Amino acid sequence: MTRDEAFLQFLLRMGDNTLILGHRVSEWCGHAPVLEEDIALANTALDLIGQTQMWLGLAGEVQGEGKSADDLAFLRDVWDFRNVLLVEVPNGDFGRTLMRQFLFDAWHSIMLGRLLKSSDERVAAIAEKASKEVAYHLERSGDTVVGLGDGTEESHKRMQEALDYLWPYVGEMFASDEVDAEMVAAGIAPDPTGLREEYDALVGKVLGEATLTIPDSRFAHKGGRDGRMHTEHLGHLLTEMQWLQRAYPGATW
Amino acid sequence: MYAQMIKTARTGVKPREEMSEQERAFQDKIDAGIKIEPRDWMPDDYRATLIRQIGQHAHSEVVGQLPEGNWITRAPTLERKAILLAKVQDEAGHGLYLYSAAETLGESRDELIRLLHEGRMKYSSIFNYPTLNWADIGAVGWLVDGAAIINQVALQRTSYGPYSRAMIRICKEESFHARQGYHAIMKMAFGTPEQKKMAQDAVNRLWFPALMMFGPSDKDSVHSEQSMAWKIKVKTNDELRQQFVDQTVPQIEYLGLDLPDPNIKWNEERGHYDFSDPDWSEFFDVIKGNGPCNVDRMNARRKAWDDGQWVRDGLLAHARKKAAAKVAAE
Repeated sequence: MTRDEAFLQFLLRMGDNTLILGHRVSEWCGHAPVLEEDIALANTALDLIGQTQMWLGLAGEVQGEGKSADDLAFLRDVWDFRNVLLVEVPNGDFGRTLMRQFLFDAWHSIMLGRLLKSSDERVAAIAEKASKEVAYHLERSGDTVVGLGDGTEESHKRMQEALDYLWPYVGEMFASDEVDAEMVAAGIAPDPTGLREEYDALVGKVLGEATLTIPDSRFAHKGGRDGRMHTEHLGHLLTEMQWLQRAYPGATW
Repeated sequence: MYAQMIKTARTGVKPREEMSEQERAFQDKIDAGIKIEPRDWMPDDYRATLIRQIGQHAHSEVVGQLPEGNWITRAPTLERKAILLAKVQDEAGHGLYLYSAAETLGESRDELIRLLHEGRMKYSSIFNYPTLNWADIGAVGWLVDGAAIINQVALQRTSYGPYSRAMIRICKEESFHARQGYHAIMKMAFGTPEQKKMAQDAVNRLWFPALMMFGPSDKDSVHSEQSMAWKIKVKTNDELRQQFVDQTVPQIEYLGLDLPDPNIKWNEERGHYDFSDPDWSEFFDVIKGNGPCNVDRMNARRKAWDDGQWVRDGLLAHARKKAAAKVAAE
């Protein structure tokens, strides 16, 4: 694997995470429990789509085949997507959506913090912009997880169920492979495995405050970030997201 | 226009000689263009009318998220998705300002939402129409927000201070939406034959519903007079509708689309476009709940509210625990 090939994979991983999660979050539009949450969810989705434009834009540049961020978002099939499975699982109830957001935001904020020092200044510049947005995402999702975990008996139960469902998807964010090794060697990005300790401390603190119990198992579903095996859900998501581009090829919008 | 058929508690204007001293002083203030503020005395009917109007406007913003939200997950480019998300987020924000404005009159947001869910309050008829193709999103921004702006620019001068100020802020964002909507539909009108077909279909379907947004003709609008005297309304329904038509016809022509009404014609004498009246029986059907999407829209809103009950309860319980812990610590 050449450095540029690895770099492309890394950029797709970053951009596909934000694209797919942004899409999932946007599904809430108009259906949130309270108006403030509708606004906050739309705002989060908007930030993530904006970050997608930057990551996939750079991915297209590095790939050098003249593809735009839109080409990459709307014209790839499931096996070419490189997002972690966590972000493609369906929203479930509001509790699961916010728990997923929190588990992702915690990783995202730590990752972007490291990328601020990337040897590639384009990556550092994206991280600079995105990290400010993600700091706010984390604050909000963390507060909501605490509020609902330590709320009523029902809200606690739902948040524990959300955590139990999502926990097996956490480990994939910290699995390293040859792409990561190449990125570490180039000084572009950190080794994901090395982020786990900080993540566990952060997540442990918030979930403790939320009176929730982290499952014992460290089992991790994998196959998203290398594209080997996505969940069944991603195909449906892409069917909806890519429909206009697929049905009317060549049109500009 | 997001408020239609607002009933004032009385029809016709109360004659000056029937007014109490307080009412006369109130009317004098309005006539002098002085804004009414939350702590000022106001007639009960003025307060009730405003709560209905502002509440209906707020509900329209919130329900209005649904037809546009219908296309967020199918937006054709990342930029279009971002623009649409930002727009829908703005609409929800407008809902918030307006509910807050209604709160200054003593009516809580929860109560207004309850009235909406029980079918005792309405929202603009336009949101009971479906968004069927991507050009509808452009057309909603251009025609629906465009119609709303015409009404809301007038309402910037409305007599109730908090409502007037909310309108000033909202208008800035709505103008932006209208331009973005027009840009989106322009892309399609000048695009492939299929895209042009979508644009034409959207204009054909949304034209008359957009005209209906201004409410029934002045001659049939029994509640307007008192609202005009109180400067809750500033222009009549027909004046606003004409302004919308005059502004929009050249925009349709610029797009190279067919006019959605064969009777649209420039009238030299009047200095305005002539046009066909919308089918008012359809309008009254929609208002009564028989529009294409009424039931689905309300079910979606009620479901969101009911499904969210545990979230609101949970967050409230947590806030109380925290407050109690703080008191205990002090």
